[in-house]
Amino acid sequence: MTNAVSTAARPATSEMVRRLPEYLMIWVPLLLSAAHLISFSIWTIWISFTPSTLIPVSGWVGFHNYASVLSSRNWQIAFDNLLLFGIAFVLLSLITGLVLAILLDQRIRGENVLRTIFLYPLAVSFVVTGTVWSWLLNPGIGIEKLAHDLGWASFHFDWLVNRDMAIWTIVIAAVWQSSGFAMALFLAGLRSVDGDIIRAAQIDGAGPIRTYWRVILPTLWPITITVVVIQLQFAISAFDLVRALTNGGPGIATQLPALVVYDLMFQRSQLGRGAAAAVLMLLILLAVLLPYAAWRYVQRRQATHA
Amino acid sequence: MRDRSFAPSRILIYLVVSLFAAAYLAPLIVVLLNSLRTNEEIAQGSMIGWPQHLAWSNYLMAWSGFCVAETCAGIRPYMLNSALITIPATIFSTLLGAVAGYAVSLWRFRGDNWIYGIVTLGLFLPQQMRLLPWTIVLRDIGLINTLTGLVLIHTIQGLSFTVLFCRNYYIAIPHELIRAARIDGAGFFRIFWRIILPISSPILIVTVIWQFTHIWNEFLYGVTFTTGQQQPVTAALIALSAAIADIPQHGVQSAAVIIAALPTLLIYLLGGRYFVRGLTAGAVK
Repeated sequence: MTNAVSTAARPATSEMVRRLPEYLMIWVPLLLSAAHLISFSIWTIWISFTPSTLIPVSGWVGFHNYASVLSSRNWQIAFDNLLLFGIAFVLLSLITGLVLAILLDQRIRGENVLRTIFLYPLAVSFVVTGTVWSWLLNPGIGIEKLAHDLGWASFHFDWLVNRDMAIWTIVIAAVWQSSGFAMALFLAGLRSVDGDIIRAAQIDGAGPIRTYWRVILPTLWPITITVVVIQLQFAISAFDLVRALTNGGPGIATQLPALVVYDLMFQRSQLGRGAAAAVLMLLILLAVLLPYAAWRYVQRRQATHA
Repeated sequence: MRDRSFAPSRILIYLVVSLFAAAYLAPLIVVLLNSLRTNEEIAQGSMIGWPQHLAWSNYLMAWSGFCVAETCAGIRPYMLNSALITIPATIFSTLLGAVAGYAVSLWRFRGDNWIYGIVTLGLFLPQQMRLLPWTIVLRDIGLINTLTGLVLIHTIQGLSFTVLFCRNYYIAIPHELIRAARIDGAGFFRIFWRIILPISSPILIVTVIWQFTHIWNEFLYGVTFTTGQQQPVTAALIALSAAIADIPQHGVQSAAVIIAALPTLLIYLLGGRYFVRGLTAGAVK
């Protein structure tokens, strides 16, 4: 303990110098990460209020950029598509994920292999997924052509090149890619249900369907909300998949907000409008995330009070 | 206990599960088969078919032969780019995330909860909100159109994930362990090196797999901040399909797709358990 006395007597600055590597290792990465998140967000918001076109310039145009983005046909189609795609994709991947989880929960043989099969699309990039599905759904070389070659001449499946249906091809590819995620979370939820409750229900004479419907599935709704929020977050920022599958086409039929941002910023050199579109994306995201955060907060308070 | 006998309902379950499995595997099988078919063979029929004779040359062509713009070096330089971006960025973001996660969970300092909260906001902030500032920053520091620039971006942005993963793991370590080591005179790094790192392998594996997969598969930054020979493989695949749209070469393209997807597929097959843990850790905080 004599040692402690001598260290205490040393000037504070040398202690600071001695601990400098430690401070650097803690603070530099954390501050870089936090600072870039905050400053970049403010930066983009600021640019969205300036008359920037090819390069960022100072100035103030109020909500002019927002007004012109919101009134553009490109954004309106993108927003409508996002609504349709978001809802259809989330619902279908939830249903598919839940069905797969319930099936895998039946103590079937080869469960590990099946789980691997249902989850592998998640490990593959959206670029690869989009490219492959663009081939399968292409009427000239894909499923429609195969059916014709096999002699089914009247078979018709041209969603990829059909303006009204093309958005559904993105739904198909996205559900294929991401339903495994819902399955993984639901399966974890099913496995954590208390066995006693299930047994009690069975003793009461409930069949398997009734047991699932009345006893097991109601415990899954917190997981369901988490899955919905994460999948919606993916849908809102979807870019790679659409870029590889339809590139927003035919025409602008499968335009989504993320593509509008990219188009404005890097193809039309409309930085101010591009930034405004990015902020609009953030606002759509917040409309999903803020209620979720509030719900989580209430849940946690209840958990600590219980 | 659930039924284990082979009642008709069990057969139905197996049937439905098999159909689903077939649907999930089909795209992969189609691409695998096409990567072994000649372009003429595909052009005569459809993308869905059995190879008549195995065209292994597609892989050679995809790896080092086909042309994008003026250069005819195949997918090889872009695979190398992706590796040169992904490996360092994965290592840096994981190590920094481990130290920072350890600091915010066990070492505690003024404002730690605040700064941790801000860092995790990065999980939600869309890439599009950061595109323009990154473009300007990279240009100003002279790293636009370089692999180093992408390593920098993925390292800094990856911290949101790696700090979260590591912090959630380290928070469960008993504080008494750290307190005892501090009384014995061990400093910040000594404790990290001697106590924390040796018990960290489960979370470090999760973090490495997660980061590797994410960074390898990333497309938007790759296509925005790099051009031509500097692009990662995801951007090169898109450029390739645009380049050969006039004269389709689906056999070669399929082989390129398989090669580009192979690193993450292998990691998934080898460490699927940890991949799923990363998924759920990212989902349920």
